[in-house]
Amino acid sequence: MNDQERIRNFCIVAHIDHGKSTLADRIIEKTGLLTEREMQEQVLDNMDLERERGITIKAQAVRTIYKAKDGKEYILNLIDTPGHVDFNYEVSRALAACDGAILVVDAAQGIEAQTLANVYLALDHDLEVFPVINKIDLPSAEPERVKDEIEDVIGLEAQDAPLISAKNGIGIEEVLEAVVEKVPAPKGDADAPLKALIFDSVYDSYKGVIVFMRIMDGKVRKGTRVKMMATGAVAEVVEVGWFGAGQFIPCEELSAGMVGYLAASIKNVKDTAVGDTVTEADRPCAEALPGYKKVQSMVYCGLYPADGAKYPDLKDALEKLTLNDASLFYEPETSVALGFGFRCGFLGLLHLEVVQERLEREYDLDLVTTAPGVVYKVYKTNGDVIELTNPSNLPDPSEIDHMEEPIVSAEIMVTKDFIGSIMELCQERRGRYLSMEYIEANRALLKYELPLNEIIYDFFDALKSRSKGYASFDYEMKAYETSKLVKLDILINKEEVDALSFIVHSDSAYERGRRMCERLKDEIPRHLFEIPIQAAVGGKVIARETVKAMRKDVLAKCYGGDITRKKKLLEKQKEGKKRMRQIGNVEIPQSAFMSVLKLDEE
Amino acid sequence: MKNKGIYVHIPFCVRKCAYCDFLSFPAGDELKKAYTGRLLKEIADGSAVSEGQTVDSIFIGGGTPSVPEAADIVRILEQIKKSCIVTADAEISIEANPGTVTEEKLALYREAGINRISFGAQSFNDDELKLLGRIHRSGDISECFEAARRAGFENINLDLMTGLPGQTKEVWSETLDKAIGLSPEHISVYSLIIEEGTAFYGRYHGADDIRAKGGTQSLLPSEEEERLMVVRGAERLAEAGYAQYEISNYAREGYECRHNLKYWLREDYLGFGLGAASCLGNFRYKNTSDMKEYLEAEDIRKDREYLTAEEELSEAIFLGLRLNLGVDIKELEKEYGADASCYLEWTEKMLDEGLLIKKGENIALSGRGRDLANYVWSGYV
Repeated sequence: MNDQERIRNFCIVAHIDHGKSTLADRIIEKTGLLTEREMQEQVLDNMDLERERGITIKAQAVRTIYKAKDGKEYILNLIDTPGHVDFNYEVSRALAACDGAILVVDAAQGIEAQTLANVYLALDHDLEVFPVINKIDLPSAEPERVKDEIEDVIGLEAQDAPLISAKNGIGIEEVLEAVVEKVPAPKGDADAPLKALIFDSVYDSYKGVIVFMRIMDGKVRKGTRVKMMATGAVAEVVEVGWFGAGQFIPCEELSAGMVGYLAASIKNVKDTAVGDTVTEADRPCAEALPGYKKVQSMVYCGLYPADGAKYPDLKDALEKLTLNDASLFYEPETSVALGFGFRCGFLGLLHLEVVQERLEREYDLDLVTTAPGVVYKVYKTNGDVIELTNPSNLPDPSEIDHMEEPIVSAEIMVTKDFIGSIMELCQERRGRYLSMEYIEANRALLKYELPLNEIIYDFFDALKSRSKGYASFDYEMKAYETSKLVKLDILINKEEVDALSFIVHSDSAYERGRRMCERLKDEIPRHLFEIPIQAAVGGKVIARETVKAMRKDVLAKCYGGDITRKKKLLEKQKEGKKRMRQIGNVEIPQSAFMSVLKLDEE
Repeated sequence: MKNKGIYVHIPFCVRKCAYCDFLSFPAGDELKKAYTGRLLKEIADGSAVSEGQTVDSIFIGGGTPSVPEAADIVRILEQIKKSCIVTADAEISIEANPGTVTEEKLALYREAGINRISFGAQSFNDDELKLLGRIHRSGDISECFEAARRAGFENINLDLMTGLPGQTKEVWSETLDKAIGLSPEHISVYSLIIEEGTAFYGRYHGADDIRAKGGTQSLLPSEEEERLMVVRGAERLAEAGYAQYEISNYAREGYECRHNLKYWLREDYLGFGLGAASCLGNFRYKNTSDMKEYLEAEDIRKDREYLTAEEELSEAIFLGLRLNLGVDIKELEKEYGADASCYLEWTEKMLDEGLLIKKGENIALSGRGRDLANYVWSGYV
């Protein structure tokens, strides 16, 4: 069975909701690896969160055995890739571990922005890509139109694409046959020095880090001393094996062409970076596999425990999360307003949300999050360059020569009716129009360059609401560009609240400042005195609101002898105060810090 | 052993007012009869009133206690007198609404020993009364008042309200003048509170906040206007000989309501009837608020709690601070055998902010402190 001729390493690429995970489930079912009872609805999506959101967060893999129509048994290694742009690098490494890809396209919706992005990514990695048309049993299915679209837009042969319904198990055999037939077998050299690509790793409290890899050349077995070429970590292998559905199945040896895992008592996932090359310490390969990149955080925000006493718990939780998530960065920071917390770096906003939810759910923490920001480059007049992740650390304007912000190139696919409103949205977000092409009579592909800090807040939401859900969106980092950026400060009762400061383009400063003040006015309860709320840039106030003083707060009413009821009212009032943050002599509810994240919601 | 107070709750009214969140509702004769029966049994029940217990205040409140037949009230008082010793000088009050009393009823009340009557006047302006959903009009108040005097009531209270929708300084001042003109012994001034579950809630909830935050909602007087009415009202009442002795209460000398003082001074009281609260030293409970349960269940007492000395002290402070006299925290520490040092910092802060003032050994709310009393009290719970 270890004959490379009988191995097929492939993945599935699709736009979100086009049925990737369902197809993966059916493939596992068809290959008879699991009983129906064991079959959870989506076997590959292990984490609860993934199931709820319907997306795959971490790449995973499964090895199945398929007896093809030619009577031979094939090893099918299906590598599942994350479906979100935040994890583009992970996607690219997972693709690099494959030799072919199934492109799933929804028979009703046709090609979407992510379909294109993922197909191009797969083609970039020289994968053999073949399409399947899913959801053909939908009343609105138009498989013929979609076939034409695939041929016209992507240039893939699609006339004999399997027509399937992953949900109802229609056409799955056909897909499996196509995998055997179309995905090329691996062609590694089993006798060459070990060369394996890491496409994921997880931390297990018994085995240490478990490295997910594709063996390109050579062999690895228990006792092999391996070396990670980029990080330099060296370890002795204690176990190798392949992936059952949701479990690790140990084996003697992994050799060229195979997909599997190794465990070597490695303590930290940071030593086994995605994209790194595993080789033998004593007989290293000549050069590492191409494409390795150090993970870089794209979005930063401050995470603070709502209850200051929970700081150690938050620290503990972040430590545990990073065991499994090498792309999560954190370092301690302090805020005058929020006390002790952490500045955390994420791959993107989704990653941020996932981490935040895991902290709240799995570690039962109540968090206060500051406005997410991107990494700005600050060029100082003395020649120094700072990578700014926390607005509070911005040097004095007199020391700044200029600043740069990250720009992404974005592709938005939208139906004709909404082109106008989406273009308007992109303009508002300082987008630079690049091109527009009709990919069919009713749909166009818009290309824009957009500042990353304009899309990390609520761009997805705005896109959806302005296109009634008909727009799809994908982006990738492009470059840093000089930009007129300013730090917007918020003063509450004349005191600057560091946790509310953020960097913004000078043209949007007034508008954002005004809306911040309005929002905060609704969030801050009235005090015994009047509270001015001001937005300022460089010490100059650009917007102001006032929370009027409270004049009356008394139970001037007869509750008879029911003291308990009176007391409860007072206790509620006292409790409310406890949950507030004290800034000067103003008490600010936690919700105020969060509400400014949603400035554009009405 | 100090004398106890007794509260009797009559949860019936002619119809529910638009602002009312008290335990009261209109009811048929049968229910009223059943209720009186259960009430008599509750009072007669040996566990409720221990033998030899002296009582120097009885308060029949509601609802509208003048809605049921006077005979029912008479029987209730008779039962109380059977169950315990009512002192000769006891204050026996009944709440009544203008429009629900007759000469005959008033005479029966007097005969049964009731010596204080409290009228829910609320306003002397007919538009306001209509808006509140009251069944009476301004003229009814004077009529009832005079009838009560004729029946021999020498201690009469009028309840008034501020903060009513559309209420202006002028209208309030007229109401106050008319009330003073009748020359009652006691006047209560309550602020309208928009409570959840009332008709007003749907109409006015949030209005205060919306306006305070600069909105255009102008249905209710602003907080400033309402406070001004209260302050001007207190001044006017003082001129007329009514001294303020509690947040909402004003009286001629010697006519302070003995029963209500028991609540604020944490003296013992027993509550009978639906939802009535009782407090005996550090033991407290409340009757069920469910009529069916009240009528049928054996054990109707709910929310039993035993307070720690610290809890008692905390309550003694915030309840005592309702009174203009204020509290002597050192004395209360001795009385309850608890330590009040945890409140020192807060007391200092309140004195600094001018919300509390010193009155000899006592601390008491300042004028502004009364406006913002919840804030002051919240530091003592």
